[in-house]
Amino acid sequence: MSAHAPPLAETLLAIADDELVLGWRDSEWTGIAPLLEEDVALSSIAQGEVGHARALYELVARERETTADELAFERRPEEYVSSPLVEFRLVPDWARTIARRYLYETADAIRIETLKGSDDADVAGLAAKIEREEAYHRLHAEMWAERLRDEPRFAAALEELWPYVLGLVEPGDRGELAHRIGREPQYAVERGAHDDGWPALWDEMTSVRRSIPGATW
Amino acid sequence: MGSRRDARRGGVIWEVFRQERPGAAFQHGGSLEAPDRAFAEAYAREFYGRRNESVALWVVPREAILEVDEPYVADVFDRDYRRVDGYSLKTKLKEARERARTTAR
Amino acid sequence: MAGREAEFKRHIQEGGQVEAGDWMPDEYRAKLVKFIEMHGNSELMGVLPEREWILRAPTLQRKLALTAKVQDEVGHAQLIYRVVEDLGKPREQSLEDLIAGRAKFHNVFHYPTKTWGDVGVIAWLVDAAAIISQKALLKCSYAPYARIMKKICWEESFHILHGRDTVLAMVNGTDEQRGLVQEAVDRWWGPLMAFHGTQIPADEDPMIEWRIKSQANEEARQQFLDGYVPQIWELGLTVPDPELRKDEETGRWHYSEPDWRELKQVVTGHGPKSAERLEFRRASREETEWVRDVMLAEAA
Repeated sequence: MSAHAPPLAETLLAIADDELVLGWRDSEWTGIAPLLEEDVALSSIAQGEVGHARALYELVARERETTADELAFERRPEEYVSSPLVEFRLVPDWARTIARRYLYETADAIRIETLKGSDDADVAGLAAKIEREEAYHRLHAEMWAERLRDEPRFAAALEELWPYVLGLVEPGDRGELAHRIGREPQYAVERGAHDDGWPALWDEMTSVRRSIPGATW
Repeated sequence: MGSRRDARRGGVIWEVFRQERPGAAFQHGGSLEAPDRAFAEAYAREFYGRRNESVALWVVPREAILEVDEPYVADVFDRDYRRVDGYSLKTKLKEARERARTTAR
Repeated sequence: MAGREAEFKRHIQEGGQVEAGDWMPDEYRAKLVKFIEMHGNSELMGVLPEREWILRAPTLQRKLALTAKVQDEVGHAQLIYRVVEDLGKPREQSLEDLIAGRAKFHNVFHYPTKTWGDVGVIAWLVDAAAIISQKALLKCSYAPYARIMKKICWEESFHILHGRDTVLAMVNGTDEQRGLVQEAVDRWWGPLMAFHGTQIPADEDPMIEWRIKSQANEEARQQFLDGYVPQIWELGLTVPDPELRKDEETGRWHYSEPDWRELKQVVTGHGPKSAERLEFRRASREETEWVRDVMLAEAA
């Protein structure tokens, strides 16, 4: 890892927040995916994302003496470090949804590979488990990317989302990401500012939890 | 097996056979619609594997399946020579044992 | 044809089964399509009241459990529409009829969900009512449907537990949480009592004559009351029906007559949420039509 790498907990939190929010956005397709079979498949992917978020939150929670649920639901909106890419509301646009899935999974693979090499055994172990499940997510995304390859709206979506995907990974990994996607590395939209839709998402996501503070659900 | 592809606007129907335990016979689990092998595999995994309920799957286009109703054609004349109940050994065995006993004396 | 039909009926009533490729009377086929399609429509429409709560679930575990439950329901819709399709009605046609308001789905999915209390009560009680009907369908004379019912019943096994667990957490929680559960029970009781349909006697029900259904509506309702009213009462919750009681001698439950007029209005698309949910479906379908076109183009 480079000397400028952020502390491990921050990295884990960023990935966890990305997974939680992307799982949330992917769940917006529940019941209205283009095909029933696809509805079921995307739902598994959303569950995978939330499951990975949970496992990552649990690691961070131990260090901070809190719980995964508190990290997921009880921070102020400005305390989340999810990337704007995952916050975009893309439903009912299937082309953009698949473009995001495809780009995100490739970027995420790089992040997870890095974590697998961590000195922290728990982190490395978790990364290996996540990688096993993510392989299936990648297969699904690639299958769809292949099928939509000739669709102009898909190409446009890849173009539109590319700068945001670059911002998902560390600067040192952006060349590798560009190589895997087959695009030119360019300016990246860095993590930091949230998408305009974030406050509304946070509000809905935490509404029940906040309605009765301290309750057990 | 129900309506064939040309009766609908749709894609290909695939039949999924699943193996519940290692070594067990593959049994029909259900059918799904998918445009090609990649999607058929992905969806078959979802529907028949996401709960880890199958150890293996066979996914076959419905068109590849030859359906045979009332499979047996020669059922008029008795063919008991092919069945266990077509053999009654009791009497002969009794006789053979008797013989062996008297010869031995 | 009368002789063939009579023979078919005899075959059915003696416990015989029917496969997709078998000859069947037009009436049997038509009734099957309508009944099974309504089931598929119900599973699909049932997703809509629940999906918003995936997004609002208050813990990660609840979020995952609810996502998985709803996923199962979509999966069931897929299985069910496949059976309808093999009887001759394409899935696209069923979905178009549904959106156009030409097809029915169960009353409970026309009502709004208002709080997290609904989430628990639906998974606990509404699913329970549905599972009673589904178990009876395991004996359906139409074998392809009976077979998927087996898979559906097996998959539903965790749904009620998830519901009960959700409810128990609230009932054991703050007064406000208990209040959410009671309020949800109060609102859902009416639809639940009407869910299994009118008290049409078994020998007057053509669905039973054809052995499509094997349980009379009232039997299903009695089974539901017998199983679940004690569960409600033991938590200290009340049921909003002053007439509700079990006659210990006959073993039958007495209850206030459900509003059958409301039931009829609701299942024909005039429930509080019917139009909105169908419109939501219609709009999403329109937006994703191009995807289905791409999927159906010849494989590369």
